[in-house]
Amino acid sequence: MNLEMFLKMQNELLLVGLLLAVLIGEIITSQKSKVKLINVTIIGFALVTLIGFIYQPTQGSIFGGMFRTNALIQLLKNGLNVGVLIILMQSAGWLKESLVPQKKSAEFFMLMFSSVIGLNFMISSGDFLMFYVALELSTLPVAALASYNAYKRQSAEAGIKLILSATLASGLALFGISFLYGATGALYFDDMANLLQMSNLTILGLVFFFAGLSFKVSLVPFHFWTADVYEGSPINVTSYLSVISKGAAVFIMMFILFNVFKAFTSIWQPMLYGVAIATMFVGNLFALRQQNLKRFLAFSSVAQAGFMLLGILNGGVLGATSVVYFVLVYMFSNLGAFGVVQAISHKTGKENMKDYEGLYRTNPLLSLIMMLGLFSLAGIPPVAGFFGKFFLFTAAAGKGYYILVFIAVVNATISLYYYLKVIRAMFLRVSDNPIPYFKNDIFMKLGLASAAAGILVLGLYSPLFEYVQSISNLIFN
Amino acid sequence: MISGISIYHILTLTTILFFIGVYGFITRKNLIAILISIELILNASAINFVIFNTYLYPDMLQGVYYSIFIVAIAAAESALAVSIIVSFYRMLASVDVKDTETLKY
Repeated sequence: MNLEMFLKMQNELLLVGLLLAVLIGEIITSQKSKVKLINVTIIGFALVTLIGFIYQPTQGSIFGGMFRTNALIQLLKNGLNVGVLIILMQSAGWLKESLVPQKKSAEFFMLMFSSVIGLNFMISSGDFLMFYVALELSTLPVAALASYNAYKRQSAEAGIKLILSATLASGLALFGISFLYGATGALYFDDMANLLQMSNLTILGLVFFFAGLSFKVSLVPFHFWTADVYEGSPINVTSYLSVISKGAAVFIMMFILFNVFKAFTSIWQPMLYGVAIATMFVGNLFALRQQNLKRFLAFSSVAQAGFMLLGILNGGVLGATSVVYFVLVYMFSNLGAFGVVQAISHKTGKENMKDYEGLYRTNPLLSLIMMLGLFSLAGIPPVAGFFGKFFLFTAAAGKGYYILVFIAVVNATISLYYYLKVIRAMFLRVSDNPIPYFKNDIFMKLGLASAAAGILVLGLYSPLFEYVQSISNLIFN
Repeated sequence: MISGISIYHILTLTTILFFIGVYGFITRKNLIAILISIELILNASAINFVIFNTYLYPDMLQGVYYSIFIVAIAAAESALAVSIIVSFYRMLASVDVKDTETLKY
């Protein structure tokens, strides 16, 4: 094992280095310069993201196949890094004003980075042991982050709900993995794919494993924690949960279903079919009646996870392309919407749809970015979300799931209604007591601008989709 | 390998243990009791790994190692969960599930 092989883990190593640097910085800086430490950390994370784009690690696997990497995995890691960077920029103001006085600003970064390291290892895992450890590493710090507002009852409640459902989920997944191990005697994905035979035991294992992973993706009927945790947590943690951890979990779910359970396609396709319909309907119908915007976006993200299943159902290269592209699109759209909610909540503490009435007259730029994000989530043509959904529907229709595509289109229409409700409140309604005009700090501006740029670029610039398409056959390796 | 006890006995035991855990998770009214139920689920899986390894694949050690990882991570999980529950207890002086119902529907 030489240095070159270690560099296949460059993302993880850089993040570990940054985490240790933050730890040392926290010890050696005085209380007065903690604000500077936040700026330095965000710039450091931006450098890590940049290095990920410049140096592509060579394709291959290390640790006997437990860790593998290729261009597709690296693309997703870079995408997740960009998403985390946007979240950090959007939360800089909150960190400086709320957490520095409580002396908890550096811990926020450490927990966030260790969760990102866990996600990176999870995407790269080639073995169920690595997968399990990485899954836990990515979930546990987020539970601590969800209960970060230590003096707020809702935040503690969100933390309790997240940690209890996450541990139940990992327990279910483990029980499933133990059956699969019993049936094959292997833990590596490749060995298991060759050895798995169709039997009641392995099907039970598949179902348990799928249930465990579905908690993380928040598919119906495993979505009950989603809305509560999203509402109670600090908003940047909510956007992290809904975008970064969900995107990574969808990817690894797709990888395992495509590769390890290749022989079980006739089992998991009907399963996903039912779950996709239930997820879309429950997510959309519950989103209709929400007034709190965090809760509203939580149910909208449940519904979006249902749309992602359409791409997984395809079971081929086209499905992988559409899911990876949609994850990237969804990331930027959701971060745009969450960023605006965060900016307004941080300055005024208001989170309800009613408070947004007349926002366009006082804060036109914020409401335009919110509109862009919501249009992209709803799938209105010029922005990226339309193309993401279009490719997902194409992937499902390519395998002959016409009824499912029809149901998905019906759901896209329902979702358009509630996204437009927010836009109507912002643009058409007038209010006696609108949110007053306020100025955002530079990091928040950058975060919102890059989310908006991402939505437009991914929608209007087709080479990115072609790049995803050219490398997405790497999902089968 | 334990003489006189077949793999079916032990698998029955772990399955019962697992479902006791799931039942407890759903029905218990106390957060700590829910945490204990989750430990039951994790321990059932850990025993499963060890048993499959010893009975079916005695020449390898993967299952045993996996169970060690499960034990270590379960400890981390329960430490974190207890610390969150303690911070909740400081606010409300209660560890009841019915007090975690402000976020609903």
